Amino acid sequence: MARWQGQLIKVDDCRWKIPENYKSGMRVPGLIYASQEMLESMLDEQTPEQVANVAFLPGIVGYSLAMPDIHWGYGFPIGGVAATSVEDGVISPGGVGYDINCGVRLLRTDLTEDDVRPKIDQLVSALFRDVPSGLGSEGTIKAGQKEMHQLMVEGARWAVKRGLGYEEDLDATEENGCLSGADPAKISDRAAKRGMPQAGTLGSGNHFLEVQVVEEIYDSEAAGVMGIAEQGQVLVLIHTGSRGFGHQICTDHLRVMERAVSKYGIKLPDRQLACAPVQSSEGQDYLAAMACAANYAWNNRQCIAHWVREAFGKVFDQSPESLGMRQIYDVAHNIAKIEEHVVDSDKLRVCVHRKGATRAFPPGHRDIPDRYKGIGQPVLIPGDMGRCSFVAVGTQKAMDETFGSTCHGAGRMLSRGAAKRTLKGADIVRELESRGIAVKAGSIPSLAEEASQAYKDVTKVIEVVHRAGISRKVAMAVPLGIIKG
Amino acid sequence: MEKAFEIMDHTADVGIIAYGASIEDLFSNSAMALFSLITELEDVEEKLRLDVEVSGEDTESLLVEWLNELIYLVDARHVLLKRFVIESLTERELHAVCYGDEFDPAKHKMKVGVKAATYHMLELAKSDGYSAQVIFDI
Repeated sequence: MARWQGQLIKVDDCRWKIPENYKSGMRVPGLIYASQEMLESMLDEQTPEQVANVAFLPGIVGYSLAMPDIHWGYGFPIGGVAATSVEDGVISPGGVGYDINCGVRLLRTDLTEDDVRPKIDQLVSALFRDVPSGLGSEGTIKAGQKEMHQLMVEGARWAVKRGLGYEEDLDATEENGCLSGADPAKISDRAAKRGMPQAGTLGSGNHFLEVQVVEEIYDSEAAGVMGIAEQGQVLVLIHTGSRGFGHQICTDHLRVMERAVSKYGIKLPDRQLACAPVQSSEGQDYLAAMACAANYAWNNRQCIAHWVREAFGKVFDQSPESLGMRQIYDVAHNIAKIEEHVVDSDKLRVCVHRKGATRAFPPGHRDIPDRYKGIGQPVLIPGDMGRCSFVAVGTQKAMDETFGSTCHGAGRMLSRGAAKRTLKGADIVRELESRGIAVKAGSIPSLAEEASQAYKDVTKVIEVVHRAGISRKVAMAVPLGIIKG
Repeated sequence: MEKAFEIMDHTADVGIIAYGASIEDLFSNSAMALFSLITELEDVEEKLRLDVEVSGEDTESLLVEWLNELIYLVDARHVLLKRFVIESLTERELHAVCYGDEFDPAKHKMKVGVKAATYHMLELAKSDGYSAQVIFDI
């Protein structure tokens, strides 16, 4: 790909602006959060062009924003944030992505590395057995159509009502694990048919389950509030989304939006940005369907968290409660939300598209649980397989600059094909094992696609958002055991 | 025979470039390329037959709809397909008969979980014959 030759203005060490006049049709400027070094790879990948294209969306306010883990996506870049006016702006399924409410859940434990390391192989095997994962895998949740509809409306509560998890898990989940406005009548039969067998499964690709050890604490007060007390403490990270269900909903509604683009006379530089006015029937139908998928994903992570607790309970021969397995938080990183933000000193209702970006609300915000009101919303940033993950908190600066958003992970650097050509799955297992990390995967060869070398270094990503002040790092954890589909 | 398709790299995902002497060949070869991403085609037998009908706004969207229909069948009907006979094809309608097998984890290797065909960087071109580039979300 040719290097991007557009106009970029340096604002400071971590902010770069694409002026509104770069391309005719842009309604707002673009703003990219990156270090000079990261910017180089973005330019090589032409990603700023996508940031400029998003600025074409009718009703977009502020900036077309890009987080430091940004990479080339379809239409929208992955790592992009765009807020559009609810009154006269558009909603774009491409600004959410195919895997609606792909997200991350983090559990804490009272266990330490010394407790877990001797049993790690047994633990990883138990997790691999108890959490359905992999291609073509089906879940143990057998929901008929009526129950499936309830699941779409209730989200994580559906599982909690059936004894899978605790009420307090819901409190520690974005939107309490249930996005309002979900309407199963807006779901195609096809989406329901794809979704039903996959409920309660981890899936494959970049989704994973990781047993982690806290390696560094940067903010002991905030960490303490989350129940992270010391180095060596064991955590569990769950990364998955809405499986084929979300994909089918995105596919179905992109088709509708294709027609809406000409119906409403919207001019776009890329067909994949297809959108419709938020207030139109097409826009409202998508939001109602998207909420169903978001709830399906929260239910998914809720079920998986329960099976994780059970597996720990079996291996350590203690109840999950006595192991202190409380949920720290659960965040979505592919979603559109109707929120109130201050734009040009006025309060405005906007539709915030976060595609590969995490909500990062500040201390005191009404939408975060009481126990986190003093520190800000926990933000969970998984790294690639085998490197490290971060816990951070939201800030007022994020509210002021990025519609309360921050980065979501490492960001891919090598294509899957390139990773497979240069790396071998079996070598990666050996390398991880030599570092004391146990791995269980549905497909060893495909592990190569998810190797560390294929991703940007998440440490550099978190440094930029921390320095820019759009979130504050709290702790870092490294893997001890990995389960991949 | 000229090659039917090739696989191309894309940072986050994977794509295909399919070829065809006729538009029907192009659609059939695109489907074969898709299933070659998903599984080892040589392990798939022709044991079942499925009729598939799709519609689109134009030929490009018809191609995306066709591939998305096949992806849906993999997830919802648990089938792997390998031969595609295009019965009729207009700018907005397609009828095809597909042959393949039920997915059997003991017999079939799943290589990549293809989740959707996208409009991203979609290119359909006609020179001597036809060619199409499609990026898949995986």
